[in-house]
Formats: sequence, structure tokens, C-alpha cells
Amino acid sequence: MATDIIIHDEKDNVGVVVIDKIIPKQDCACWIMENDKTIQIQSEDEIQLGHKIAMVDLNEGDTILKYGHDIGKVVKSIKKGEHVHVHNVKTKKW
Amino acid sequence: MEIPKSFLGYKRENGRVGTRNHVIILPVDDISNACAEAVANNIKGTMALPHSYGRLQFGADLDLHFRTMIGTGKNPNVAAVIVIGIEPKWTKKIVDEIAKTGKPVEGFHIERTGDIGTIMKASKKAQEFAMWASEKQREECPLSDLWISVKCGESDTTSGLAANPTVGNLMDKLEPLGVHLCFGETSELTGAEKVCATRGATPEASEKFMKTWSDYNDFILKEATDDLSDSQPTAGNIAGGLTTIEEKAFGNFQKIGNCKFIDVLEPAEEPTKGKGLYFMDTSSAAAECITLQAAAGFNIHLFPTGQGNIVGNPIEPVVKLTANPLTVKGMGEHIDCDVSKILSREMTMSEAGDELIKSMIRVANGRLTCAESLGHKEFVMTKLYRSA
Repeated sequence: MATDIIIHDEKDNVGVVVIDKIIPKQDCACWIMENDKTIQIQSEDEIQLGHKIAMVDLNEGDTILKYGHDIGKVVKSIKKGEHVHVHNVKTKKW
Repeated sequence: MEIPKSFLGYKRENGRVGTRNHVIILPVDDISNACAEAVANNIKGTMALPHSYGRLQFGADLDLHFRTMIGTGKNPNVAAVIVIGIEPKWTKKIVDEIAKTGKPVEGFHIERTGDIGTIMKASKKAQEFAMWASEKQREECPLSDLWISVKCGESDTTSGLAANPTVGNLMDKLEPLGVHLCFGETSELTGAEKVCATRGATPEASEKFMKTWSDYNDFILKEATDDLSDSQPTAGNIAGGLTTIEEKAFGNFQKIGNCKFIDVLEPAEEPTKGKGLYFMDTSSAAAECITLQAAAGFNIHLFPTGQGNIVGNPIEPVVKLTANPLTVKGMGEHIDCDVSKILSREMTMSEAGDELIKSMIRVANGRLTCAESLGHKEFVMTKLYRSA
């Protein structure tokens, strides 16, 4: 089956869209690179190629994990399946 | 894939090997650019390397200027060098250091002669060098004569997913064959710095890395007027889906595969600890970084991009790869190696690494890169602070 989303690490709470775009309520196949497992998620937003989707509900102050590592903090709560980007996540550096 | 054991390169007087055979006209300073460009215009088969600095610099900034000038001339991709400066002293200093490689080099200064007289004298010598260099032939050389530098640009999430790990795969396969490798981009490791430090081959290398990163980070924090959100990540990075510097850093870091770095280099410093991976303290701006790596003696460059950075370098061929299918589609004339099938899982990382090795060796053997064929030769000096 075609892969819509790739997740780097099993611990990650976001995945990356790898097709042109996904649309709201689309059932997406997610491939986890680290362990070669495939899981499913239903999207809430339209999300473009290369942009991230929340794999779980995230609250303000939560840490975003990608590559199995901390890549920033949630500044506005995010629901599972929603677009994750500069409008709801900020750096912990600088 | 069985990795080729050799490539066709130009053997130089000092034992190094070039993937190119340039005769360069090197201006010592900004005001000598016009003269250098006139010589390169007169004599076919030569190339001027104009730049913006070289006057009233001092201290570490001046040292870096000389190191970049001298290193560019010494690079094995350069067959012969004409150096042109306004004054005799700094011109001679650069000529004398380049001469230690044994390659033909001659300096000219403009004061007391003027542009026209200098252009005439330098053109005569440049013609002699260009015709001499044109007879040089490529010879079979072991792969270990490749000094490979890497830097990514206009990254997006496809860089960290696929293009950068492809470079990492190449490093893992070629490091055991005795090549020199170099990565840099000090500021773009921010967020991944502690993980990167664990990749030092010795405690000294790890410590040196952390000190280098901390110094650079302190400088950024001192100069920053806001949260750098307009610069790092760039607007292009953000359009491509990258959200924070930490995310960019972990993507960036994929380029070194599982290799460990044996030493930390100053900007433009030539590695002296033998084969293996080095970290160089560089800016993350593409042209500045590659100019420094070329000045350290690296003879071929790998450049993964996401959204499509188009940079080239005058003396070090820049092999570009991308995993972003939109970039392949929209600006394919800039892409030497397409690894976008990793995203659709029609290509494994190892297959992509093999493709990149093949592309790189073709370029090492003489195939023009996309950037070369499009005329990209960005030569950008790193300036540490204001001049006196």
C-alpha cells in the first residue's frame, strides 16, 4: 500500500506528509522508518508535502518529538490529525 | 553495488589529486577584482575569483582571509595561480605559501604600475599557465584521493527524511576506503549539539566541538535582535515544513551517517590527522561554507537540498541531490542526483547512497555538475568582524 506519511522514530509524536497533500478526513498510511511498522491515522486538516501531522493530542507546553528527539514546544494545543507547524510549535532555543 | 576503487583525476606536484584543472586569477583584495577579471577575460581557460574583502582586516579576521586565499590557491583542483593585489607585501605572502605546493604561481601588484600595465604583464603569464595546464591528463587514482565536503541548503523535511541520510549512507560506505570527509554548519546543529558531541572519535574532539558550538551560539545570542525566526529556519525552510532550528539540526545531522569525527577544524583549516571525518566551524550560509571547505583542500562537494538551493563554487564541483519530487519537477536543471523515490518507498536508502556514489564519481571524472554548467561560482569570504 502507498505510504502517505513517514515517521522517523517510534517515539515520535509527529509524522511527515510525503505525498502532494492530504485532505481532511483522509485515512492515511504511516510508515515508521525505525521499526518498519505501518500504522493508520485520520487527518483533520489539509496538509502539504513535507509538512507535519500530529500523531496524538498535544497540549500547550508538550514537547514535540521527531527523530526520537526534542525539536520544540507546543504553544497552542493540537489535536491528533492536525497540522503541526510554526502556528502551534516554537523552538526551545534562541 | 560494488564500489569503484578508482577515479580519473589530475595528479599534482605535492601528491594531492584534483577533480578539476582550473587556472585561477586570484585577487588579494576587492579593488584588484577589475584587474583579475580583465586578465581572465583576455586569456581563455582561466577564471577570476572576485570577492569583496581584503583591505584593513586585522587579527583573526585577517588570518582567516589569508588562510582562505592561500588554501584556495593550494586546492588540488587548481593547476596554476595568478595572484593580483594592490600592494606587493600581502600579494607575495599569498604567492609564497601557494608555491610550497610546487604548482606554478606568480604574483603581480598594481601600485606604481596601474591596472593596464598589470593586466598586460599578468595576461602574459596567465597565457603561459593556461596553455601549460591544458596539456595535463587525467590519470587513474585511488578513491582515497577524494576529499569530500558536505553542506545542505534550503532544507525541508524531505532533507532530513531522505537526501541527508543518503549522504550519510555514502559516508558510511566510503569512510572505510580512506577518503577525507568534512561537515560544518555550526549554528545549524543547534538543538542537536549534545547528540553531535557524542560523535567525537575522542573525548578531545567532543570537547572541542562543544566549545566551538557554544562560542558560536553565544555570538548569535549576543547579536540577535529577536528570536531569529526570520533567519533560522529560513522562509524557504518553513515553506517546506521545517518548524524549528532543532528540527532542522536533527535533519542536518543525518548527513554524517554513523561516522565519528576525528577533529574540529578552524574555518578553512586544512585537516592534518589523516583520513576520516572532520567537523569544520563554519557559517551555515551555503557559499561561505563551501568556500571555506574548498580552501581547506576538499576537492568534491555533496549538497543535499529540499526546496532547491542553487549554489556552486568556482573550484570545487558541487553535486546536488534532492528527495523533494516538487524540486525535481520544478527545477530539475539544478539536480545532479534525484533520490525522491525514497519518499514513495520505491528506492531504499542504500540504493540512494549507491546512486549518489555513482553521480559523484562521474563528476570526479570530469562530468560537469548542474551548477558548473549553469555558471554558478559563488566565492564568498567569511568575515569575522568589521575592518579597522
